[in-house]
Amino acid sequence: MRANLPTLAALALVVLLIAGVGLAAGAVIERVAADMLIKLVVVLGLSVFIGNSGVLSFGHASFAALGAYSSAWFTLPLTAKKIFLPKLPAFVLGTQLGLPGGAAAGIAFASFFALVIGLVVVRLSGIAASIATLAWLAIVNTVLANADSLTKGTSSLVGLPMVVGVKTAALGALIALLAAYLFRFSRYGLMLRASREDEAAALASGIPVRSVRLRAFVLSGAIVALGGILQGHFLGVLSVGQFYFEFTFLTLAMLVMGGMRSVSGAVVGTVVIGMVSELLRIGAGGFMIGDLAVPSVPGIREIGLAVIMLGVLMARPRGIMGDRELRLPGWPFNTRG
Amino acid sequence: MTYAVQTMVDAVSVGALYAMSALGIGLLFGIMRLINFAQSEFVTVGVYTLMLSAGLWFPFAALLAIVVVVLLALAVERAAFRPVRDADPATLLITSFAVSYLLQYALVLIFGARPIGFDLLPQLGQPVLIGEVRIPRLNIVTIVVTVVLMAAVALFLRRTRIGIEMRAAAVDFRMARLLGVRADRVIAVAFGLSGLLAAVVSVLFAAQTGTASPAMGLQLALVGFVATVIGGMGSLPGAVLGGLAVGAVTVLLQAVLPPDLRVYREAFVYAAVIAVLVLRPQGLFRSAAMRERV
Repeated sequence: MRANLPTLAALALVVLLIAGVGLAAGAVIERVAADMLIKLVVVLGLSVFIGNSGVLSFGHASFAALGAYSSAWFTLPLTAKKIFLPKLPAFVLGTQLGLPGGAAAGIAFASFFALVIGLVVVRLSGIAASIATLAWLAIVNTVLANADSLTKGTSSLVGLPMVVGVKTAALGALIALLAAYLFRFSRYGLMLRASREDEAAALASGIPVRSVRLRAFVLSGAIVALGGILQGHFLGVLSVGQFYFEFTFLTLAMLVMGGMRSVSGAVVGTVVIGMVSELLRIGAGGFMIGDLAVPSVPGIREIGLAVIMLGVLMARPRGIMGDRELRLPGWPFNTRG
Repeated sequence: MTYAVQTMVDAVSVGALYAMSALGIGLLFGIMRLINFAQSEFVTVGVYTLMLSAGLWFPFAALLAIVVVVLLALAVERAAFRPVRDADPATLLITSFAVSYLLQYALVLIFGARPIGFDLLPQLGQPVLIGEVRIPRLNIVTIVVTVVLMAAVALFLRRTRIGIEMRAAAVDFRMARLLGVRADRVIAVAFGLSGLLAAVVSVLFAAQTGTASPAMGLQLALVGFVATVIGGMGSLPGAVLGGLAVGAVTVLLQAVLPPDLRVYREAFVYAAVIAVLVLRPQGLFRSAAMRERV
């Protein structure tokens, strides 16, 4: 693990750099940076399971949703809670926690569900596991969208304290990064990657593939839940549609484009797509030429993003980073050079 | 009794639509291991084509939709999937996501995000009375079209050279190539066929919903994936039966669930899907080719 410290240092530096640019460059860029760091939490969470196990999951958006809503049950101001969600259990209605408490509750809640569905997912192999996670996402989405008394259903839940800024987001990203790093280079991470390369050989070498996968699934669900919680308290608004296909698509695309076989891939993919997407937003958002207003055109940004993704995938089918990790050159622990 | 018969007919006709979606997806999955999310946009583009040609003579409009969607499917294969054909499944999947996103927002760009209503063959909505049972014509048309099309696809896959090549490619793509099956041709035909199926689905779907909106194909595509997998990956009859099963379960749940649980119908359907996957991980109708070898 120590041999890979330069990677951790390099990636932590990237996180701090994003946060630093966000803090230095004014309110608009600050929000962009915070949003990117929150996405990074989610993508790192995905990489813990998907990257190490090689099993695609479409279901992790559900953990972001479960974490975000359950943390909001605790962090909403008491009066707002009584008006919006009067049917919550009495002890929830009576307590109000700050972000750390709410986040802990949300992560615990989401992890519990990750454990339950994870028990099912790890029994399946390959594509069947992926489709099971897809079915799980559809289940959670249907339930949340219709459970009006817990989520306000298809309308938005407003009034979450907007306590997450770029600093909190950076802290979250660092925690996620550390967790992803520690897991990847732990013995469990190594065993899981062995099962990714050859499941039969891994089993034959005595690796308990199911139990290792389950650990990774729950950990990655917990990290993605943290991402959902941060997003909720960054935007101040939650809606069920926020954590469905678009979310799944964008975060998976970030992971695969960066290169899902390395931790650096998750970071690079998030930063690249985040920046491209933001530039396109500015380009497509409508602007003024002298007195002439060029109106915004809906759809242009998404089309541009899709075209760029297709281009990158054609040029680098294994993602931008492939198998490689970023490393800080000249780092004192840099034993591998 | 009449209610039961009506529900059964409903179940079969919804299942028929799902079965066609599943077959389109299963064809590509069998050959390329591609989960093609863009299948949903193939259907949506078909619906928009029908919306644009709503005033025309219906058979002409339907033919136009088929031509447009098949050409679109072939173009997508050539431009987006051929360059990444040998990449791992995750890359293929994200490619199909990106194509789907691209097409969906192209529709938003051209037509706007709001649903557009139109009337495709209003006479299809009128019911036929058989004894005391009232059955919408559309349901009968759906079932008949599905049966005819399935039979045609089955004949095509069994009797024509390219069809046999496709089945061989689905069993073992590398071996088929070694024996002289041309990959480009087989995959292009598979895309064309899956475009054809999507176009037919779009005609029936448009007649049923009477609206066109950019994200309308998603539900059908989702059911298609699920059906392909629970039917037995790589097995085309399995995909069809899986689609029928999902459709039938959906309609029956609608009939038997108490009203306050009906809104959660989809959750029950997908929970049943997970249960099937756990109990029969190889799918309901296991295909010999998909056994994992070591």
